[in-house]
Amino acid sequence: MLDNPAAALTIFVLAIFVGFEVISKVPPLLHTPLMSGSNAISGITIVGAILAAGSEERTLSTVLGFVAIVFATINVVGGFLVTNRMLSMFKKKPDRA
Amino acid sequence: MNAQLIQFAYLASAVLLIVGMRNLGSPKTAPRGNLIAAAGLLVAVVATLLVQGVVSYGTILAGIVVGSAIGVVLATRIQMTAMPQMVALLNGFGGGASALVASAELLSYVRVGEEPTGIVPLAIVLGVLIGGLTFTGSLVAFAKLQELVSGAAVVYPGQQFVNGLLALITLGLGAAMVMNPLGLDPYFGMVALALLLGVLLVIPIGGADMPVVISLLNSYSGLAACATGFVLGNAGLVISGSLVGASGIILTKIMCDAMNRSLGNVLFGAFGAVDQTVSAGASGGEQRTAKGYTPEDAAVIFSNARSCIIVPGYGMAVAQAQHAVRELSDLLESKDISVKFAIHPVAGRMPGHMNVLLAEADVPYENLVEMDQINSEFPETDVALVIGANDVVNPDARTDKGSPIYGMPILDVDRAQHVFVIKRSMNPGFAGVQNPLFFNDNTMMIFGDAKGVALKLVEAVRDLS
Repeated sequence: MLDNPAAALTIFVLAIFVGFEVISKVPPLLHTPLMSGSNAISGITIVGAILAAGSEERTLSTVLGFVAIVFATINVVGGFLVTNRMLSMFKKKPDRA
Repeated sequence: MNAQLIQFAYLASAVLLIVGMRNLGSPKTAPRGNLIAAAGLLVAVVATLLVQGVVSYGTILAGIVVGSAIGVVLATRIQMTAMPQMVALLNGFGGGASALVASAELLSYVRVGEEPTGIVPLAIVLGVLIGGLTFTGSLVAFAKLQELVSGAAVVYPGQQFVNGLLALITLGLGAAMVMNPLGLDPYFGMVALALLLGVLLVIPIGGADMPVVISLLNSYSGLAACATGFVLGNAGLVISGSLVGASGIILTKIMCDAMNRSLGNVLFGAFGAVDQTVSAGASGGEQRTAKGYTPEDAAVIFSNARSCIIVPGYGMAVAQAQHAVRELSDLLESKDISVKFAIHPVAGRMPGHMNVLLAEADVPYENLVEMDQINSEFPETDVALVIGANDVVNPDARTDKGSPIYGMPILDVDRAQHVFVIKRSMNPGFAGVQNPLFFNDNTMMIFGDAKGVALKLVEAVRDLS
């Protein structure tokens, strides 16, 4: 799909701009959850890890892919869970009397 | 599954991730945003499992089970004060995974004997380089934050020269890998170098500069994922990776601005090295002593106060004092004293660190106020209570052009009627400069551990009434 480098770079540059737009709206209050959440998203590399580990033959590539799956899953699962844990702590003032 | 459908699934996944991150913008929608983003990732994983040629489900499942188990344990056991280390560690795993994926792809090209074309060789180089240095760099950051090694900046003679030389070698090896994509020697060299660079780039960075480093490593882990997206020709990876890359860059910039320093200065300035020379000269050699007071003295002043602004810093995190501080703030509020928390962007060891700790202690988030909004309120405030913060309240940053922290935006606590500073000792802060705030006539120093003093304050204020 991304055989054409120009198309790939176009997607890359546009996505960076989307990222800037979306993230600049996050208030400092939520910077830690933003960081752990975006951190989990960088675990998207698990897609590549699955492709590398999933082929039928046993080669060094599949071994590396397996380790990559473990790493990326720690990143994804740990990241989303800890973000969820943090966000559940942010509470509003109980109703003002 | 049809390859076209899989591409659509990646698109859907990217949309979910963007919508999820958008929802992270407000405390009300953020938990939902996190779930949406997680769903986006799940869609991408499921789609990938259906790709033709992905067959060894046993291996994949085993990897996911092992990784999930470790992830769950980490995420549920970690203390909120240790969040910076946790994020550093997770960054490292993400970067490491990307480097492994790029390597696995290269090895398959070599095995088949087919040369990668177009942008792929360069993307492999970047994936290995950025992923590798994110891996070791994050581990070093983790070790520093967990205090497995000293948090101080490590400097040695010729450091800049060595780093410059390594950068040149990296460029050379990268060029060799691009020109001869199937040659493995430059690849192994690159792996070794990337791992070494990660260590060397993070050791000269001192404790209080960690917010910058963690933000930057966060950005790198995204860019490494992005590089693997180019390697695999996968648009989903490119989009998600660049989102994270952008997010990390923004946070890095916010952190640097909050210290009035350039990124270059943070990375290569070795701020906070043990052998700082500025510490001797800056305070002018004049020996002054700050007066220590007791929590009871402070309680007397509280009995006449109407308003209080609490300024937390890393000392609060170290002493795990957030719950005691919340108890104090509740008590003051019950005596009709208005209490707000002033949060400096670089207080703590990562962006937003103080907010998370206070949220954990059930402080409502409306009471956590950003620096720009609260600074105008200090002159009308009866008591500013500084808990384990130092450089972020140093008035020299406003007035003393010779000070290393001159120009850094600070919280103007010295303009409050009374300033209480809870601090373990008179040791200068991270920047190694003395803080004239401590010697002001309206400042009362209360020495001791943040938690202990906060609890004593609670007792003293209670006893007075």
